[in-house]
Amino acid sequence: MPAALVIAAHGSHLNPGSSAPAFDHADRIRATGAFEEVRETFWKEEPAFREVLRTVDADEVYVVPLFISEGYFTEEVLPRELRLDGWGENSWDSDGTSATTATLSAADTGQTVQYCGPVGTHDAMSDVIVQRAKSVTGDPAVGDGFGLAVVGHGTRRNENSAKAIEFHADRIREMGRFDEVQALFMDEDPEVDDVTDHFDAPDIVVVPLFVADGYHTQEDIPEDMGLTDDYRTGYAVPESVDGHDIWYAGAVGTEPLLADVVLERAAQAGADVGAAIEQVRSRTTTDPGS
Amino acid sequence: MSREYVDALLEAASEGVSFDGLTVEHDGEYTFRTPAVDLTELSAAELRDVAAGSPHVTNWYFWHAVAPQKADRWAFLRWVEGAPLESADEGVHERYEVLADGVTTTWGQLSITVTAGEGGRREYGLTHVADDSAAERRSYEDPLQARELARVDDDGRYRPLKTAPTLGTGWELSGLGPAALVEAVGFFYPATVTNWHREQTGRLDVTHWRETMARQSGIYQVVSTWDRGEGHEHVEWVAESCCTDSQCLKRREWQYDDGTELETPGGDGVFPCREPCSLVISAARKFTKLDAEAATTYEFELTPSEKRQLEGLVDAVAEGRVGEIREADIGEDANRYRTRFLRARRFDDEGRLCGVPTDQD
Repeated sequence: MPAALVIAAHGSHLNPGSSAPAFDHADRIRATGAFEEVRETFWKEEPAFREVLRTVDADEVYVVPLFISEGYFTEEVLPRELRLDGWGENSWDSDGTSATTATLSAADTGQTVQYCGPVGTHDAMSDVIVQRAKSVTGDPAVGDGFGLAVVGHGTRRNENSAKAIEFHADRIREMGRFDEVQALFMDEDPEVDDVTDHFDAPDIVVVPLFVADGYHTQEDIPEDMGLTDDYRTGYAVPESVDGHDIWYAGAVGTEPLLADVVLERAAQAGADVGAAIEQVRSRTTTDPGS
Repeated sequence: MSREYVDALLEAASEGVSFDGLTVEHDGEYTFRTPAVDLTELSAAELRDVAAGSPHVTNWYFWHAVAPQKADRWAFLRWVEGAPLESADEGVHERYEVLADGVTTTWGQLSITVTAGEGGRREYGLTHVADDSAAERRSYEDPLQARELARVDDDGRYRPLKTAPTLGTGWELSGLGPAALVEAVGFFYPATVTNWHREQTGRLDVTHWRETMARQSGIYQVVSTWDRGEGHEHVEWVAESCCTDSQCLKRREWQYDDGTELETPGGDGVFPCREPCSLVISAARKFTKLDAEAATTYEFELTPSEKRQLEGLVDAVAEGRVGEIREADIGEDANRYRTRFLRARRFDDEGRLCGVPTDQD
C-alpha cells in the first residue's frame, strides 16, 4: 500500500531559514523514492498541521516530528492539530526519551497515521551529532584530543528538553570516541557560557541540538561562549577561547545525515524503508562504513 | 508515436468506457460512440483504427491514466483547462481546439497555462500574473523550485504568509506535467487546492473564530479570554487588519461563530480560508493584550496639520505605502524628512509626543 511521509517542523513567521532543514531532509528522502509522497508541514508556516493530511494522497501516513524533545509540541499541539483520534498521554508510554510510535486515525480524513516520536530522541541522533563534529572539523577521524559539548536550550518548564541532550551526551560518551563529552544548556546549569571550564581537551567541538539555525544558534550561543562580542562580525572555526580551540558546528538539524533519523523513525513505525536508509547514509556521511 | 492510449482503451473496453462523450463497449464485438460518430460491430483492429488519433480517446486516457487520480487534484486540473468538474457529454473537440493554443487561468497571483499536444498530452506552465514579458523571466522546470520562488517578495523580504499578495515576479516554471503542476501550486499556495475542492463539493469544514481560539494552548491560550460576550467588534478589527484581499488572497469563510457572521468583507479570492491561520493567532495574542489596556486621557498640543500628518502616517504604514513615498515629496504625511521634522519639533529626547509621559500617575 503506498504510504506518505509527513515531516512536521516548527517553522517561523520571522526567520526564512527556519524551514530549510525540513525541506532539505524531505528532498533527500524524496530522492530515494521510498514514499509515494513526502510533505513538509509547519506550526508557523503552511501547510499548517491542521490541513496537511488532506494534502497527501495516501491512506497511510507516517508523521515524523522534526523536534528535539518530547513535550508540548509532540504530545499536545501535533496530536490536536492533526486531529488524531484516540491520542492520550499513554499512547507512547515514554520515559521522556523513549517514545517510538502510535497508530491512530485522523478524524477529518480517515487516514491511518503512524505518529512517530521526535527525531531528537532517536538513538541515531547520536550518530548525527558525531557526523556534525566530523563535518565541522573536516576530519572523519575526529575524537582523540577533542572534547564534545552537546548544547540544548534546556528549560525548567519541560524536563524532557534537558533529558534529550543528556541522553545523547551519555550515549556518545559511551562510544569512547572523544576525550570528554558534556551536556551544556542555555538557561540552566551547566551553562554553555562556561564551556571551557568543562573541558581539559585543547579542542572542543560544540554541537547545538537544535533543528534549525536561528537566533539561538547564530546569535546567542556564539556570543555566550565568547566566540565573538557581536554575532554580526562573525567568528572563526575554530575560534580560540581561554586557550582552547572551539569548533562551533551550528544547528545539528542542518546536518544532511538527519534525513536518516527521519527514515529510522518511519522504519520503527513499520515503514519499509531499509534500502532508503542505506542510500541516505551513504550519501550523507563522510566516511560510510565507519 | 506512442499509441499506449489505444492499448489502454482496448483493455478497458471489456468493462465499458463512458467518459466525456466517449462510449466504448465490448460484447463479442466493439461499439465506439462519440457525439460525432456511432460505430457498432467493430473488430479489435477496427476499434484500434478509429481510436488512434481520436481526441475523445486521448482525453479519456489523460484523465484516467496520466492525471493524478486524487479527487481534488483531478478536479483542479479539470478546472484549469476549463473542463466541467465531472464527466460531460459534449465539449471535447472544442476544448482540444483551444488547448492547442493554450488555456490560461489565474490562481491567486499565479497564471497557469495548459496546452494539449500530440496524443492529448497536457503541458503546464506557471508565471506571476503581472509578468507579461517572457524575455525577463528566469526559467525553471523543477516544481520544488516553487518553494524558493515563494519564499521572498520582490524586495527580498521573507513572506511568512504564502497567500499574501506579495508573490515575487520574474520567473517561469514550464514543461510541467499534471502531477508536477499540482505539486508546484501546493508549494506556492499550500492546501488551497484541496480546500477549494472541498468547497466545490460542499464539504468545506470551516472552523470559526471562537472555536479556533478555544482550543489554543500555551502562550496563545490568552486569546480565548478576548471575549466581549455578545459583541464581536474585536474580531471585525482582526479580520480588517489581517484578512482582507489587500493582505491575503484567501477568501475568508470563517466567521465569529456558527451563528454570527462578520461584516468585514471576506474577499473575492478563488480559494477559501477555512480557519484563522497561525499569523492571525499570533497577531491576536498581541491584540488581546493591547485591547485589555484601559484608555487614558492625554493632553497634547498639535497644529491641525500635525494631527492630520499623524493620521496620514498611520494610514501609510497600514496600507504598506511608505516605500512608495518619494524622497523629496514633502507633501506626503509619511515622507521621511517631514516625519523627522515632526519628531524634531514635537517629540522630546526620550521620544515622547509633546514631552507627555506615557505612564501618568
